[in-house]
Amino acid sequence: MEFAIEAEGLVKSYPKGVTALDGLSFEVAPGSVFALLGPNGAGKSTAVKILTTLATPDAGRALVGRLDVVANPDAVRRLIGVVSQGSSVDIQATGRENLRLQGQIHGIRGRAVEDRAQELLERFGLADAADRIARGYSGGMQRRLDIAMALVHDPAVLFLDEPTTGLDPEVRADMWAEIGRLADEKGKSVLLTTHYLEEADQLAERIAIVDRGKVVAKGTPDKLKRELRGDAIHVDLEREYNGTVSGALAALPAVREVTVDGRTLRARADDGGRAVPVVLQALESAGVEVSSVRVARPSLDDVYLKYTGRTFDAAETEATR
Amino acid sequence: MTLIRHTLYMTLRHLRELWRQPWFVAVTLVQPVIWLLLFGALFKKVIEIPGFHGHSYIAFLAPGVVVMTAMFSSAWSGMALIEDINRGVTARFLVSPVRREALIAGRILKEAVVVVIQSLIIVALALIVGASFPGGVGGVAALFAISALLGATFGALSNGFGLIMRQEEALIGAVQFIVLPLTFLSATFLAVNLIPGWMQHVADFNPVNWAVVAGRSAVSANADWGLIAARAGFLVALLALSVAFATRAFQSYQRSV
Repeated sequence: MEFAIEAEGLVKSYPKGVTALDGLSFEVAPGSVFALLGPNGAGKSTAVKILTTLATPDAGRALVGRLDVVANPDAVRRLIGVVSQGSSVDIQATGRENLRLQGQIHGIRGRAVEDRAQELLERFGLADAADRIARGYSGGMQRRLDIAMALVHDPAVLFLDEPTTGLDPEVRADMWAEIGRLADEKGKSVLLTTHYLEEADQLAERIAIVDRGKVVAKGTPDKLKRELRGDAIHVDLEREYNGTVSGALAALPAVREVTVDGRTLRARADDGGRAVPVVLQALESAGVEVSSVRVARPSLDDVYLKYTGRTFDAAETEATR
Repeated sequence: MTLIRHTLYMTLRHLRELWRQPWFVAVTLVQPVIWLLLFGALFKKVIEIPGFHGHSYIAFLAPGVVVMTAMFSSAWSGMALIEDINRGVTARFLVSPVRREALIAGRILKEAVVVVIQSLIIVALALIVGASFPGGVGGVAALFAISALLGATFGALSNGFGLIMRQEEALIGAVQFIVLPLTFLSATFLAVNLIPGWMQHVADFNPVNWAVVAGRSAVSANADWGLIAARAGFLVALLALSVAFATRAFQSYQRSV
């Protein structure tokens, strides 16, 4: 099978001994949306920089549309559209001028570039604001203009690096709808990086979970979640009980992977609905008071915990420290 | 062809940016007007000093102000590049097939265009307040070309230092540190034979002085074209070095992305 993007054992260290990528490998099938999911500092953005020709890897190989990014950077640049982390709009120019220049440097000229700019402005709801200076655009409008610029030359491969970071939830939902539509476009391959679990879950057909510069798990969101076998049970306790709690559940065949963290108890069960009464009964007999119980289908958060041994939040905190 | 086209796209973008900041345009023009009118009036009697050849201080001063303004406005060129880098605009261009050289060349060309426009305004103003330029249109055109060369040189240097410093505050400090001494260590305000001896020696190596001496000669009654060509040659060489420096700085920026 030929892949739209292929990363093979990418290694990249920065001065001061920071290893951003430590043998990262993944491949993206043509016409699909693929997400690199991981906390800040996991190496996702470095991977995008290499794949978009901004940075060169210390070791490993990266192909985009079967072209080697190190050997053929210019050919790769013609093939890709990039929406970078944070806006890259020229805020002293109008939306139309931004699009026009982006088209021109991709070799579109004259009437064609004007038509293309107008088409994209309309598609992204910027037609009314087209001739206003982008400084006055809202965060969501600037982001839409970023995406429009990335699409101006109709690229076969699109990179979206943290496309919704910093947007408020309402705008994020709009952006998800937009990305969903992009994915439906004829044969466009999309690589999305995100540290939002729900974003990867909702948008991507396949996901690679990245932790400390490596892919620790990959597959469809459903497959990754299925690997966890069963539902997650979260029990909030009235107070901390230390050893009592896990002891009370140890003998129960209905649940496994019991962990207690302060006043939170987590366990896994093949059928959460049936396991809950059993669990509650066992806790009651052990004298443990329960304040609430939730049963959830496994989330990517659980997947992340399983493969990295840390919760997503803990990894984020670690990265920002 | 692609390089020329991309450079023009970038030049037009920068000129449009400038056009959209009328206050900036006004401020850069107020300064030379102040130099020309206030200094011109203040030191009106300077021409009576023995050894000062000339009959009007304004006419003497105007080419100096043209050159000085060229340096003052171009020296800030790197500020906009730092802003582009900080806003992700430069990175966006780098993942596109735009010719890398155009990203610097566009800025340098813009400075040259701006210098010519400013020079036109200053010369027009000098004519209004009674100066005359016996060198005629050809002489004035040569003055403009020399100023544009100097402006392009300082534009390139400013972009190079901006790429190395990557901090607007640092660049502001560097520009302010360098611009005034270069102006005063030259024949901008006073005939070269009247400034102290050590200053004359320093001025020999000062590109601002090259431009002032050559530009002033070009607009005078008996232009010394040998001298003008020599000084213009120095400026072209310095421009080439500055562009090479800015290009290297840009490459090192690219490696650090």
